Amino acid sequence: MNHTIEARAVKLGYGGKVVVPKIDLRVDKPEVISIIGPNGSGKSTLLKALSRLLAPVGGSVLLDGKDIHRLPPREVAKVMAILPQTVQAPGDMTVCDLVAHGRMPYKRMFEQLADADRDCIGAALEATGMQGLQHRRLDSLSGGERQRAWLAMALAQQPRLLLLDEPTTYLDIHHQLEFMKLVRKFHQDMQLTVIMVLHDLNHAARFSQRIIAVKDGLVFADGSVREIFTAENLRALYGVETTVMTIEQGGSSHLVCFPHDCCLPCGA
Amino acid sequence: MTRDLAADPRAAWRTAVALSGLAALAAALLLGIRVGAVPVSSLDIWNVFVAPAGDEVYQIIYNIRVPRVIVGALTGINLALAGCILQGVLRNPLADPGIIGVSAGAGLAAMAVMILWPGYTALVPAAAFAGALVAAAIVFLLSWDRGVQPLRLILAGVALAAFFGGGMSALMVFHSDKVQGTVNWLAGGFQGRSWAHVQMIVPYSLAGILAAILSCRYLNALQLGEEVAKGLGIRVERVRFFLVALAALLAASAVSVAGLLGFVGLIVPHITRMLVGSDFEYLMPCAAVLGAALVVAADTVARAAFSPVEVPVGIFMAFLGAPFFIYLLRKGVRR
Repeated sequence: MNHTIEARAVKLGYGGKVVVPKIDLRVDKPEVISIIGPNGSGKSTLLKALSRLLAPVGGSVLLDGKDIHRLPPREVAKVMAILPQTVQAPGDMTVCDLVAHGRMPYKRMFEQLADADRDCIGAALEATGMQGLQHRRLDSLSGGERQRAWLAMALAQQPRLLLLDEPTTYLDIHHQLEFMKLVRKFHQDMQLTVIMVLHDLNHAARFSQRIIAVKDGLVFADGSVREIFTAENLRALYGVETTVMTIEQGGSSHLVCFPHDCCLPCGA
Repeated sequence: MTRDLAADPRAAWRTAVALSGLAALAAALLLGIRVGAVPVSSLDIWNVFVAPAGDEVYQIIYNIRVPRVIVGALTGINLALAGCILQGVLRNPLADPGIIGVSAGAGLAAMAVMILWPGYTALVPAAAFAGALVAAAIVFLLSWDRGVQPLRLILAGVALAAFFGGGMSALMVFHSDKVQGTVNWLAGGFQGRSWAHVQMIVPYSLAGILAAILSCRYLNALQLGEEVAKGLGIRVERVRFFLVALAALLAASAVSVAGLLGFVGLIVPHITRMLVGSDFEYLMPCAAVLGAALVVAADTVARAAFSPVEVPVGIFMAFLGAPFFIYLLRKGVRR
């Protein structure tokens, strides 16, 4: 079943300060969607609202047509997994223990992990290539391995929607690419809907089908990569002159952009 | 098909720690009953439970030593559990039961009774308990902002401790002639603790142990940060409220029977974390056992070492606590 998530006239802010005045958007099919936009545009705030970490000041976020803040939190957690931008865990926690947390939404208070849960944890470890590291302490892992461990935890929730907030920010290019390819694989293999905030525009262009560009707390543009990923839009969003072109690699092609100079964003 | 999650290599070590802790607790209890002005043998203790004779030895063992070690053990359990819970909820390694105002509230209330209404010293434990809960409630209210906010709670706790500490100092200054009797209580100790005190603390210990078993899963998830915990479907504000309230009850019941016994709630969770790691499923039971063993052993040493003078165990704990902090300082605090 396809799950839909929808923001209806959502107004977001922190302690009286409005960051997002009004946003409407709807996600109703399994796609990889990147939210892009300059610093302070409200893209992380928007993702927090979609993942119910931040309650809207006005409007509502609907999961399958129901207000996400009124649904039982555990039921939401069975459908939606989130990976915040900065995560922390005790250094002595093992990969396996971390991933096991992904089963929490499925367990009652006294209920222990059953074989089905272990299968699921094992599958998540395998899918992220972490099974060989399952007993390693988190503080003994590299940044890329640690991020994969967190991704495995999210997978163990068996979500249909995966929300990621700048998941590759602290990784080197090798691990960035590895992580993005994993995310794409999950989308293809499991028909997961992925919504992520990305800073790297070329990753957004290459790995997603849909781009939501956010500027000043409003949706500036929303559509397929071909429609949105243009030099005009990037100039308007970021105030940067870019050359956008298609490159062909190994039988597939995707858009890339090369920024070459700063300019005034249009409308600024 | 069941995918094979290979057995956890830490399991054997954790079991060993738990069993050693239990053995240490048993030894501390036995020693605590045997050691004293009137030495008793293990056979005497056996007889008290199997063939009560009602003689002097029986009186000493049954009415003095046994309740004393039990109160000590339960106090250790409660303070250790409260410390574990608070360190987990507040995500702060320096959190201890004092941080939610429990010690300050209990201290001021108990001192007021002892100094202003010296005829009612029997009410000291009840007053301390009430004072602790009132103080915790004030800290709660001050730190409330759509749920208990950890940083606000710590700041509110420090502020309230300073304020109540001022109240205690004022009492001492204006009634300096009556301070003598309060000193022992403030230092924390188990002199003259009876079955009545056991009855005061035991319901909270039982409730605390039960709740600790229920809550270890939530504490583990809270360690992953508020956002991840919410993402896993936990009602973070509600869980935090419940856990801090539980810690307040545990700590309040402990100070009401033991006085201001510091450091147990801070040191024991730390030591246990070093031994078994930060998984609350193992941390909480091990900390409870080690807390009980430590308090009973420390109390036994404190009253035997300088016999016939009894050193309040709180002083003894403070002397244990300071070197421990220096150790942490050198090792570097890790959460």
